[in-house]
Amino acid sequence: MVNLTVDLGGLRLKNPVLTASGTFGYGHEYADFMDLSALGGIIVKGTTAEPRQGNPYPRMAETPSGMLNAVGLQNKGVEHFATEIYPTLHGLGTEVIVNVSGSSVAAYCAAAERLADLGKIHAIELNISCPNVRQGGMAFGTDCTAAAEVVGAVRRVWPRHLMVKLSPNVTDIVAIARAAEDAGADSLSLINTLLGMAVDVERRRPALSTVTGGLSGPAVRPVAVRMVWQVAKAVKVPVVGLGGICSVRDALEFIMAGAMAVQIGTANFVNPRIAADIASGLADYCRRESLTSLDEIRGVV
Amino acid sequence: MRKQILTLTVESNTDAGDGMSVLTLSGPDCPAMLPGQFVEVEVPGAGVLLRRPISVFDSDTGRLSLLVRAAGRATDVLAHIQPGTALSVVGPLGRGFAMDGRRPLLVGGGVGLAPLYLLARRYSAQGVRPRLIAGFRTAPSQLLKDLYARYAEVTVCTDDGSEGIRGNVCAAPALQHIDADMVQVCGPLPMMKAVAGAARTAAVPCQVSLENKMACGLGACLCCVENTTTGNRCVCTDGPVFNINELTW
Repeated sequence: MVNLTVDLGGLRLKNPVLTASGTFGYGHEYADFMDLSALGGIIVKGTTAEPRQGNPYPRMAETPSGMLNAVGLQNKGVEHFATEIYPTLHGLGTEVIVNVSGSSVAAYCAAAERLADLGKIHAIELNISCPNVRQGGMAFGTDCTAAAEVVGAVRRVWPRHLMVKLSPNVTDIVAIARAAEDAGADSLSLINTLLGMAVDVERRRPALSTVTGGLSGPAVRPVAVRMVWQVAKAVKVPVVGLGGICSVRDALEFIMAGAMAVQIGTANFVNPRIAADIASGLADYCRRESLTSLDEIRGVV
Repeated sequence: MRKQILTLTVESNTDAGDGMSVLTLSGPDCPAMLPGQFVEVEVPGAGVLLRRPISVFDSDTGRLSLLVRAAGRATDVLAHIQPGTALSVVGPLGRGFAMDGRRPLLVGGGVGLAPLYLLARRYSAQGVRPRLIAGFRTAPSQLLKDLYARYAEVTVCTDDGSEGIRGNVCAAPALQHIDADMVQVCGPLPMMKAVAGAARTAAVPCQVSLENKMACGLGACLCCVENTTTGNRCVCTDGPVFNINELTW
């Protein structure tokens, strides 16, 4: 009998497969393709205290084995989420985690405080790593003092599981990870997108309206696996790995590097059923390898 | 209509001239799709990651046709795909054209003509034979002329003057004096904007089909947004067809 449940620092998931924020909408967008209850959880679109229109078009460019995006946290704000979207998320049969972003410590806290009223949201993922907003975002995730300040402030107003999503755009991710852990993070997810850029040579212009954007997809996977391996060895809280996972094999790379759970992101755009397929594929893997749980291989490297 | 991941088989790949091909795909689960809807096609062996959004050219239960033009690594592969190849297709996606024109004028340019074939066919089934202004770079293939002539009164415009009216679609008299209750357009952006301007001047409702770069096709990634009168909206799910009065053009 295979047991895929994971305890993510008090947050219990039926399996270790989550969908990454910004790649899975609010779940309903994918309901035609899978039973959403097959997932360990859904991390919904980045939510901010106030509505945001995001960046101008063009926001996306495909690059070798990946894509750049510059969406810029387009969302209708936390109040819209609470009144219009939250009621539609009951009965999905999976954990719903809200990704929270902001341009100031006060704005992060305002969003988290409003979400604290919503009892069925058991966890938030604090996004201190968005490369696509002018203020805040990644600035909080690339400096230990700033990271500790925002994580600590949200910790005081958010009573349940606090996952903190880290930026890879740093020299020493372990230092940021420790700062977030010390400030009260219950788990760490990594990596957010790598800052990148592409030029439309025909038009002699940047491919994105914002010039730079966030790189995701298989191209970033080796960087992500390396960072998960480094951070998992250095912190006590569980680590959630993401970055270019497209298959069971890719998910296992992160788990063997020490990840407690994984998130599927860009691959949802290629195969809208992939997250559920990876969840069932992990169970098949355990049976094939005669494992009772993924604990037997977690962090083996 | 439920969205599905379909595995379809390429039945035929027919040269349609000027770098274009008509692909006919089949599969028992393939539902009939609506004019203006699109599918996201996985491109095998091209070294590309994302699926490519392609307009539905023709559709019946069990059968789907696409008009593709080789214009890049992914579309090169699709334009030369061999019969018998299996293709993964996600669809049907998006909201298509309204079917309430009684005297519709359809305007298409190049590969943008694709959705207007099924639109003309469906109008025809309602007893309406639309007029179609079809713009090409050079004289179109007999195949395309014959296909469109089945369901529409076609006026051809060519950039090089090798057939029909010389110049772009705006050179057609039917666009200089619009006598229609609905103008429906798909083609390059400057062409659509010009036709939209003509329709607005003539106070005739006008729908355009946008092809903003997209990733998911499902309304999840928010990459393909168009700035509209009500803010940024997803072309993949709120469109690809919009009424021009929804746009900030």
